Amino acid sequence: MFIINCPYCGEREQSEFKAGGEAHIVRPKQPTELSDDQWAEYLFMRKNIKGVQFERWVHVHGCRKWFNVVRDTSNDMIKAVYKMGEKPPSI
Amino acid sequence: MTKNLRVKTSKLIDETYKISFKFNGKTYYGYKGDTLASALLANDVHLVGRSFKYHRPRGIMTAGSEEPNAIVQLHNNTSRTEPNVRATEIEIYEGLIASSQNCWPSVNFDIGGINNFLSPLLPAGFYYKTFMWPSSFWKKYEYFIRKSAGLGKSPTKPDPDIYEHKYMHCDVLVIGAGISGIMAAKAAAKNGFKTLLLEEKSYLGGSTIYQNSEHFKINNQISSSWLEKEINEIKKIKNLEIKIRTSVAAFHGYNFLLARENLTDHLPLDQRKNKTRQKLLKIRAKKVITATGSLERPLIFDNNDRPGILLSSAINKYANLFGVACGEKIILFTNNDSAYETAINLNQKGVKVAAIIDNREEVDSKLIKDTEKNNMKVYKGYTIVDTSGYRRINSISIMQLSKDGQKVIGTKKTIVCDCLGISGGWTPAVHLFTQSGGKLKFRDEDQVFIPNIYPSDQISIGACNGDFTLNEILSTINNKLKEFLNIKETDYKNLDVQSSYNKSKRNIWLLPSDKAIGKTKSFVDYQNDATAKDIKLALREGFRSIEHVKRYTTTGMGTDQGKLGNMHALGIISETSDSKMGELGTTTFRPPYTPLTFGTIVGRNVGEYFDIFRKTPIHDWHIKNKAEFENVGQWKRAWFYPKDGENMYDAVQRESKAARDSAGILDASTLGKIDIQGTDASEFLNRVYTNAWSKLAVGKCRYGLMLNEDGMVYDDGVTTRLDENHYIMTTTTGGAATVLGKLEDYLQTEWPELDVYLTSVTDHYATVSVCGPNSKKIVSQVIPDLDFSDENFPHMSFKNAKIGKIKCRVMRISFTGEHSYEINIQANYGKSVWEKCMEAGKEFNITPYGTETMHLLRAEKGFIIVGQDTDATMTPIDLQMDWIVSKKKYDFIGKRSLYRSDTIKEDRKQLVGLLTENPDEVLEEGAQIVADIKKSPVEMLGHVTSSYYSPNLKKSIALGVVRGGKNMLGQKLIIPMENKQINVTVADPVFLDKENKRLNA
Repeated sequence: MFIINCPYCGEREQSEFKAGGEAHIVRPKQPTELSDDQWAEYLFMRKNIKGVQFERWVHVHGCRKWFNVVRDTSNDMIKAVYKMGEKPPSI
Repeated sequence: MTKNLRVKTSKLIDETYKISFKFNGKTYYGYKGDTLASALLANDVHLVGRSFKYHRPRGIMTAGSEEPNAIVQLHNNTSRTEPNVRATEIEIYEGLIASSQNCWPSVNFDIGGINNFLSPLLPAGFYYKTFMWPSSFWKKYEYFIRKSAGLGKSPTKPDPDIYEHKYMHCDVLVIGAGISGIMAAKAAAKNGFKTLLLEEKSYLGGSTIYQNSEHFKINNQISSSWLEKEINEIKKIKNLEIKIRTSVAAFHGYNFLLARENLTDHLPLDQRKNKTRQKLLKIRAKKVITATGSLERPLIFDNNDRPGILLSSAINKYANLFGVACGEKIILFTNNDSAYETAINLNQKGVKVAAIIDNREEVDSKLIKDTEKNNMKVYKGYTIVDTSGYRRINSISIMQLSKDGQKVIGTKKTIVCDCLGISGGWTPAVHLFTQSGGKLKFRDEDQVFIPNIYPSDQISIGACNGDFTLNEILSTINNKLKEFLNIKETDYKNLDVQSSYNKSKRNIWLLPSDKAIGKTKSFVDYQNDATAKDIKLALREGFRSIEHVKRYTTTGMGTDQGKLGNMHALGIISETSDSKMGELGTTTFRPPYTPLTFGTIVGRNVGEYFDIFRKTPIHDWHIKNKAEFENVGQWKRAWFYPKDGENMYDAVQRESKAARDSAGILDASTLGKIDIQGTDASEFLNRVYTNAWSKLAVGKCRYGLMLNEDGMVYDDGVTTRLDENHYIMTTTTGGAATVLGKLEDYLQTEWPELDVYLTSVTDHYATVSVCGPNSKKIVSQVIPDLDFSDENFPHMSFKNAKIGKIKCRVMRISFTGEHSYEINIQANYGKSVWEKCMEAGKEFNITPYGTETMHLLRAEKGFIIVGQDTDATMTPIDLQMDWIVSKKKYDFIGKRSLYRSDTIKEDRKQLVGLLTENPDEVLEEGAQIVADIKKSPVEMLGHVTSSYYSPNLKKSIALGVVRGGKNMLGQKLIIPMENKQINVTVADPVFLDKENKRLNA
């Protein structure tokens, strides 16, 4: 069980959070203009990296805010956390 | 009368305190401080169990948690009975009753022992290979296999003991209170760190605490005396907490650890009452120092498993710590200096050591010289090739080893003994380190895996780090602790250490024999009866990966997880397959390190606390009126209210009829309620629901369907516009939390520009729903000030009102198809409003109904239940609800997916009504639907999702999903059941009141 540094609340146990999958996948502004393949790309395709991955997490049993986490999925080490809308750190 | 093998008094044993206990029905005596194992050995009892597969007699082998053989059943035939307890760990108490496992009729005469003679027929993979065919016989085989497998018996009644969980936080956690752990804990605590020291045994000091020989000294004191002073000192330090009988079970990432603290298992039974038996400690440590020591390795030779064969270190411990001789004519067999410590100690205590067999040729060691000086015969360059004695070892045969250690030479010599101590060197206990994600490296010189890369702020010190000797530990510990704890000084600068130990070792994984490999029984895993032969067989049959060999031979898969023999298994694989140990790697060490009781794992979460549930404010009324309850999400919902011994069917029929004939009342408080406010609230609803919301007038209600981005139905419910920028959304009971989560997700991440605020108000309101032709008469009595005329208060609208002084919201909405009102009131008043409605409804025979009747009534109307009539593969089009999908809106969640090539297929499963040929025949929910029963294979078209007997229509009705069902109206289909087939006709899913007359009646 790891510890996540919520950008709003500080360090908390992992059990207070919920993972929300890969980060920086923007919902298309005009879905109707997309082909089936383009829409499927948004809907289904995820990288699922072994290594450093940019992810969304929500402090579900806390402030209920969504934010981004940079986590090494091979050893669960968290490299950075940053708020929604902020620029991802270069890692 | 058994022999008494007590030697000199020991510090741990209180000989003035005698304790009686029973083992296999016989009464024995031991002393306070004894473990069950030491007390049995003192009574000259070695034979304690039978092996798993061959039922070979087995004896106590170790003096710790690594014990593979001496596992017993405690407290027979009571609710406290516990299997697989290690006799080497359990401390005896007055009234202890234990017995052997895996033997019948007794440990001395076990019928299963015949397996030993059949063993050539029982190779690795025997069960996989033999019981394959014919497959119809498996049930017969299974009965006998299951009967003969397994070790102890589990209790059949609930556990009466108390267990707890406790969270602990510390700066430094030290695991293991041997000499390294004691020193580390002292250094950390004296430098101001909040320190926690855990020890699995009942005493502190590890193996050094009984090291009374002149051969090992620290600052010119015998090492045990030196350590004792240290222990007395650390006990006085305030910021150091010490817990004994506490075993670390798991070491997870980020220094999160689980430990089991044993609080009462050593107490006499009458002193345990109302006390917590075991605690699960959940520890978060800033820094972890692992000092878990090492485990002595056995040696692998023919018949190395007889009762009376122990680890040499265990014999030493029983003599020094417990004051027990394991035999009267002891032989030691070794490949390193450790056995000589045992020899010297035994000699000091007057126990006869008949001989020492040493693999090594001449070694320059003070310990050996001292041994020889004391007239103990040492055979150098020899190995044991066989042992004899069925229930107890009585002799060994030895032969000389060839120079390369691959063969035996010369003539065989037999030596008589009653006990054999074996020492194959030491294996660092790296289990916890690897659990934490640490990576090992292999040290070739003494063939051990030691910690290499640490994944968190932790360090391994002492023997678990491969520093086995006193010199190595004490010369490095000062710098290690200084660096790790970032402190200036410890008390351990310039310690003067004297040790006679010579580190040389001759490592031979599988000792040679004068017999062919197929003829020997050299046990590698004692608990699972895996031999060297089995491992070689697995390799011959093509297994290469260590993980595969493990599973095929079951090496290391017992309750001891192969703590003794895993390294030998690796060694034999490495030698046979000619690969390097370091490259083979190890099998995965999984938590728990030693088995945990279920009680410890669940703690206080038993009975009604096992899975907490939510109650509505009206719950007590339901109980008083004998409702049966159903679990919906975490809620307990009234299911039906049986009257005068009614069964469920009769109750539901009565309730359903009453609701349509006159009046029914339902507790709808569990529905999710989300308060939505903000200037963009309407726009937000437009985006999350499939239908349009902007034009909904204030005071009106609308049903909405919510999709996932993949176009599948996710949730539904009625949302009411309370004010220009204020809505209240209802969700399904089970979906409330995830719907709120999803809405928040979109607001925060996709549409942060929207001015919308969401608040969950599910618990804040109680909801009383009154339906039926007489509902208006009833609610207008409860709320007399409100104008209930259809003109003022039509279907799908809402009014603010007051009951007395208490504000409430009344919605005229319906899930039953009846004229119906929902009163929402602050939760505390829920029960009183319910009772007012019951009072006012008396003259109309108002009937409380539960979820089952609600389901029946809505099915009559063809209303769906998300999660029952849908799964995550149904679009609104599949549900024949095209009317609710806005064509005008540019976008909403899931819209684009509704015309993906897959979702527009005509032959998707679609929701239809089903009517049975025989109107009294009620379908089974979940039953498969087919068109052609003769076609092979039979093509499944869909399944029944909802099915009831409708008392209002006086016939069976059902909803189902059918491939291409939309275009099958009137078509005949078949429901094949076990003994019959049922003919059905596809129908409109709305069975009752298609014109909605009742809603406005």
